[in-house]
Amino acid sequence: MALMSRRQWLAAAVTVPAAGALVGWRAAVTANAEGIKGGYFPNVWLYTHEGRRVRFYDDLVRGKVVVVSFMYSKCRGVCPGITQNLARVQRLLEPSVGRDVFMYSISIKPDEDTPEVLGRYVAGLGIGPGWSFLTGAPDDIERIRRSLGAVDPDPAVDADKSQHIGMLRYGNERLERWAACPGGAKPEWIAQSIRWMTDEGASRHGTEAAL
Amino acid sequence: MGDTRKKAGTEPATQASERVLGRRDLVRLGLVAGAGSAGYLFSNRAFSAPGRGDVDDAEVRDCLLRGGVGQSGRGNAQSPQTTPFVEPLPIPPVKQPVASLTPAPQVDPLPGEGRTRPHQALTRFPPKKLYEIRQREARHRFHRDLPPSTVWGFDGIVPGPTFHARYGEPILVRNFNDLPQNHRGFGIPQVSTHLHNGHTPSESDGFPTDFFPFVVGGPQRFYDQHYPNVLAGFSRQYPPNGDPREAMSTLWYHDHRVDFTAPNVYKGLAGFYLLFNDKDTGDETTGFRLPSGPFDVPMMFADKLFDRDGQLFFDLFNFDGLLGDKFTVNGKIQPFFRVQPRRYRFRWLNGGPSRFYELFLTDPNDRRRAIPFTQISSDGNLLPSSITQTSVRLSVAQRADVVVDFSQFRPGTSLILENRLEQRNGRGPTGDILAAGQGDALLRFDVVQPGTPDRSLPPPYTFYEVNRPTRAELDAANVRIWEFERGNGQWQVNGEFFDGNEIRASIPEGASEIWVLRNRSGGWQHPIHIHFEELQILSRNGAPPPPNERGRNDVVRLGFNEEVRVFVRFRDFVGRYPMHCHNTIHEDHAMMIRFDVVRA
Ligand SMILES: [Cu+2]
Repeated sequence: MALMSRRQWLAAAVTVPAAGALVGWRAAVTANAEGIKGGYFPNVWLYTHEGRRVRFYDDLVRGKVVVVSFMYSKCRGVCPGITQNLARVQRLLEPSVGRDVFMYSISIKPDEDTPEVLGRYVAGLGIGPGWSFLTGAPDDIERIRRSLGAVDPDPAVDADKSQHIGMLRYGNERLERWAACPGGAKPEWIAQSIRWMTDEGASRHGTEAAL
Repeated sequence: MGDTRKKAGTEPATQASERVLGRRDLVRLGLVAGAGSAGYLFSNRAFSAPGRGDVDDAEVRDCLLRGGVGQSGRGNAQSPQTTPFVEPLPIPPVKQPVASLTPAPQVDPLPGEGRTRPHQALTRFPPKKLYEIRQREARHRFHRDLPPSTVWGFDGIVPGPTFHARYGEPILVRNFNDLPQNHRGFGIPQVSTHLHNGHTPSESDGFPTDFFPFVVGGPQRFYDQHYPNVLAGFSRQYPPNGDPREAMSTLWYHDHRVDFTAPNVYKGLAGFYLLFNDKDTGDETTGFRLPSGPFDVPMMFADKLFDRDGQLFFDLFNFDGLLGDKFTVNGKIQPFFRVQPRRYRFRWLNGGPSRFYELFLTDPNDRRRAIPFTQISSDGNLLPSSITQTSVRLSVAQRADVVVDFSQFRPGTSLILENRLEQRNGRGPTGDILAAGQGDALLRFDVVQPGTPDRSLPPPYTFYEVNRPTRAELDAANVRIWEFERGNGQWQVNGEFFDGNEIRASIPEGASEIWVLRNRSGGWQHPIHIHFEELQILSRNGAPPPPNERGRNDVVRLGFNEEVRVFVRFRDFVGRYPMHCHNTIHEDHAMMIRFDVVRA
């Protein structure tokens, strides 16, 4: 898919069909000891910084070890540091990223972060394959954000995007195993935490998973 | 205690939100009188909003529709109905030793062992008893009205068996990880068991990254944990056996795997570890003569959620703190406990994950009557002298041993053990004390006919003095400030993030320090736990601490914007230990630091 203009983007983002996803999300969404029930994650359409159209659950999360951050391209708060950290995490996890581990950074200002804007943002970072920056319809992004718990309990704080969450959600979807660590932590620690989620890392001792 | 709450526990609990409940409110809350000897019944309330009679049906429905997605701290489901007080309180069995272990324990890690460093004190304190414990998956029934749930338990039971240990009797526990390695859902089958309160060498303490997976047919199936059961101070200040004032009583063990402690403990990986000595003997005819044997009863409180199928529920995506609407004691929802009209010792433990409690005894037929009991310990350490209380507050992981004298009640009387601390979300309690009968009923005591004569002594009791810091010790103590902050949803301590490989403080063995614990996170409360050594509270917000914080503690409740100064001696053993928030959801989201005790 070619890159879109901002106007095209806004039109597309609003009209993206999300009905299928909605059904899953409205279903009984409970996690118990047997696992997460029903379609917990919204299977909404998103766009990557390369302009690819992907579904959140089916294409990005299902069966994978992932790490998810929330960002927006104009953020002058925590984002730049976290993105830099993640760039180091990607290098530390090489060659796993794109094969055993997938990294996602989701814009919480999708109206200004078109795929093209994200594409430009990414160009300066020199990131490798296996890490996508994502945008989509605001409602869909909101659902993803809530499904990952990236919500502040204080509504005023939650509405203030400059105070948006800096925690990284990481997990192994196949095992329905989810946790989080601060995006501001040292890249080595973040990479270690993620590696423990992989099949290979899961058989390692906590003190020997050092990279 | 009582720093943030509005009324001290000695006040009859009639203020604050006391109001008369109409019948409609009672019906809605499930509090209407029914079967049973109590005048009214507590229930299963709709999620976590404490029972003020104003639970909004639409809100409950709405929450269910949202399925708890990111509805942090509000409670994420409405558990199915259960009838209160229909099953007896389970008492965990006492763990029995084994004659030998194969291969025999040794200083260096054995083949197949998850331990990565040698035992530092095995030769000095050779184990007199050996134990073998297995962490396994099992089916557990939290209530007869619910189907069995999948749990993880030590020896497959929830709570795990109770260890009876004695000072001067070192033990070694071979701790097996038999958890299903392809497990799906909450909980991770990689474990690091911490003995909470233990004066334990680092390699046996259960540091968060000392976890080990079970690899089928491969290495790392077990971990040998050496518990010297020795009094602190044995190596320098009080050789060879340590300072008798450092004796501890009520400890507990639980999983501590980094980032996954909350789900693993919630799933059942916790149990009691009781320490006796020649004063706290476990025999009510000797020593302090506290109620003993069947009259010494541990109670682990843990609030839980169940999904619509009655299965144990955990919100994997909660960042704030998890509140349950079902109150378990020793793994049963709202049990009853038959007591003889005599003295009992209860060892109350808040097993988490996030709720704080303020525990009262409520007479359903005379709700306004304040029923006194005797608090004898704080965080499992016997106080210098016992204190008469009408309530006691416990943040997560805190313990209080109490003596309740039921001889003041006629057989046939029932009393409710009630949590009256209002808490609406995982961030911490509001501090308001709810009116009697409007709190959470945890358990019902039913007084029966006398049976066993009471040979315990009545209160007041005098126990161990506190080894207060001398002027010289205070002057020499290094002062460290620890500020607990939150920004962009991330926990920070002194502006930095947790890293299991990073040593935030190096303390020479034998040194004493003053730590200033400061809550700068705004509308949050945190029970801060320091591993390895007992602490003494020097001041709370600049003022002397209340009487039941003048003993020794291992958890400091940090209320909104509070500052607590504590004194800690770091003695005898070396290695890595954590300090962390014991709201296990905060803990799992990196509200933790690592400190190392290093050879002087
Ligand atoms: Cu906390």
